[in-house]
Amino acid sequence: MTDNIIVDTATRIFADLCEPNTINDAEKGTWPKALWDALEESGLPLTWVPDTLGGAGAEMTDGFAVLRAAGRAAAPVPLAETLLAGWLLAQGNIEAPAGPMAIAPIYEDGHINLAGNKLQGRARHVPYARNAQHIAVLAFSGDTPTVALVAADAVAISQGTSLAGEPRDTITFDGATAVAVGAAHGLGTLGIVQIGATARAQQMAGALEHILDQSVQWSLDRVQFGRAIAKFQAVQHNLATLAGEVAAAGAAADAAAEAIAVHGIGSDVTSAEVAIAKLRVGEAAGAGAAIAHQVHGAMGFTYEHSLHHATRRLWAWREEFGNEAQWATRLGHMVAARGADALWPFLTQGS
Amino acid sequence: MAYNFHFDPIDMPPECKELRQEVRSFLRQEIEAGTFAPNDGKGTFSKAFARKVGAKGWIGMTWPKEYGGSERSHLERYVVIEEMLAHRAPTRSYSTADRQSGPVILRYGQEEVKKTILPKIASGDLCFCIGLSEPNSGSDVFAASTRATKTDGGWLVNGRKIWTSNAHNSDYMIALLRTSPKTQENHRHGLTQFLIDCKSPGITIRPIINMSGAHDFNEIFFDDVFVPDLHLIGEVDMAWKQASDELAYERSGPDRWLETFSVLVELVRRAGAEPSERLAEGIGREVANLATLRRMSASIAGMLQAGKTPGTEAAVVKDLGTNWEQSLPNRMRLLAPPTGDSSPESNDDRFEEALRHTTLIAPKLTIQGGTREVLRGIIARGLGLR
Repeated sequence: MTDNIIVDTATRIFADLCEPNTINDAEKGTWPKALWDALEESGLPLTWVPDTLGGAGAEMTDGFAVLRAAGRAAAPVPLAETLLAGWLLAQGNIEAPAGPMAIAPIYEDGHINLAGNKLQGRARHVPYARNAQHIAVLAFSGDTPTVALVAADAVAISQGTSLAGEPRDTITFDGATAVAVGAAHGLGTLGIVQIGATARAQQMAGALEHILDQSVQWSLDRVQFGRAIAKFQAVQHNLATLAGEVAAAGAAADAAAEAIAVHGIGSDVTSAEVAIAKLRVGEAAGAGAAIAHQVHGAMGFTYEHSLHHATRRLWAWREEFGNEAQWATRLGHMVAARGADALWPFLTQGS
Repeated sequence: MAYNFHFDPIDMPPECKELRQEVRSFLRQEIEAGTFAPNDGKGTFSKAFARKVGAKGWIGMTWPKEYGGSERSHLERYVVIEEMLAHRAPTRSYSTADRQSGPVILRYGQEEVKKTILPKIASGDLCFCIGLSEPNSGSDVFAASTRATKTDGGWLVNGRKIWTSNAHNSDYMIALLRTSPKTQENHRHGLTQFLIDCKSPGITIRPIINMSGAHDFNEIFFDDVFVPDLHLIGEVDMAWKQASDELAYERSGPDRWLETFSVLVELVRRAGAEPSERLAEGIGREVANLATLRRMSASIAGMLQAGKTPGTEAAVVKDLGTNWEQSLPNRMRLLAPPTGDSSPESNDDRFEEALRHTTLIAPKLTIQGGTREVLRGIIARGLGLR
């Protein structure tokens, strides 16, 4: 993904306003106002909203590249969620409101009903629900998917956190009234989960890039047995393995982002690439975080050191929008249904 | 400071998509004509097949037309190579020349050699092998001691090369030979590349049978073998400058992650259209890894096309790819234990045959063309650790 002005803006905001302390304070419940306000002022949260609906109308790949940068910075704000919510609202031709947003559901088996404009049901592990001003929902009236926008103060929110200390709340809709609804034109829950999985894959690829940088730098600085630990072959080989996993994660995440940008949600190519990405990035997250911790030794296991900002997020994000096993099973069924002789054509589809 | 290696997505241009279909229909015809058995041609040596591929213009594809090439892109070449490998076509007689020897001659060979040898590689008429390893020089290639001594009009070669794949089928070898001692300042100094006619007097080739029972590699003895000055490749004593370019080609190609692909194909066949969740998950994991490796490998073809020398990135792909393909048979084995199903529809035999073959070749995959340890050292250097 090439650098551009949108990504540069995001990177600069994170460098200025997303310090390790910002992340620790957010975990303790302090909303990182300066960071969010700067993001909002730059228009980044509405990257995926067309200008006709009040957004920036930028490319899908721009938004994914911004999320890569957000993952690198472990930014403790609902940037991915607001991007996704804006995208979902646009599918229903609903204008995006200002302020942070959340999205529901985030699992394929999540189900929220819509009768008239009243929402009914429960959504678990909704990222940043407590911080959101609005929630974008994919709801069903019977079998018909509908996009609904609901104000956060109209629903009951019970707070929970992920193992990364990020808000993951349960929303009970309980007849809450949607402020706007729009036909979702065939978009299913799988579609939400696919674009969500790609967003997370990008964030995870960014977090992996960060822990590689951190681990390499640490190995060059940390002296043991009279030399930098980077000079030990065992450490070098661990870091080389980490670099491979990071590169694979980046390539897989980019392939999914590219597929969504070019082929859209609902195409065969996108279905395959998203499954491949969330699965491969999830594998890299497990293997990569383990190496980063091993290289950092006891220091990396402290709360004081910032390594856990990335590694805990990697572990938590693996579970969201489908984990490795779920995507692997889906992908395996896609391959099996086509048959052995179609495996190679499947791998090369679109190229 | 950012230490990441980037593998930008490649959008295959339309000519690549057309070419892919053309290669597939060619291979289908060849299989129907009985030139090779589907999924079984990889080990077969067939110059007849090489000549057909050459006639298509698919050997030396990126080389200038004046040397028999087709002046096509690295991406087009990539497409041809991966289709050949995925179908296990018998590329053995020309793949080394196409991938490594030809590019070296093109870059460093003398004009007369380029004019005479390259067109014959491109037509599929010549088979090459690579004379690098010696009994006391494996991963440490710059320790080579087989000597080339200056004589009237050329050089006299004495010594021994080992683990030389395909030497018994080869017309030529590109060998790395010692022309001067290494120096205090540069332990890589003193080696020179030569083109050697494998039929020269003084060459003795002894087969070495590998643990799968196949004859692939050989030991080669040189006893006063004369090599004309014309066959000197590049600068005397300076081969270390030339060797690294060569490896970017060798290290990132589809042959670094497709060697055991057949066992996955046969597992999918055995699993049928509606596999258990466990089998589906197992298949999905491998497909995700394979697809990602393919992306990265194609990305390197794109970098080569852009004129870059992605040496470290190539090492990353080879390390990831060979580790994956090496461990694949074991995971496939555990996903599909032997059954007592003796019905004619059972695909057990095909699967078991692929499993046997891939299990037996697995150990070499992280050794040939640069061991895992050497590759990780290269990646570590790319990270600035050494």
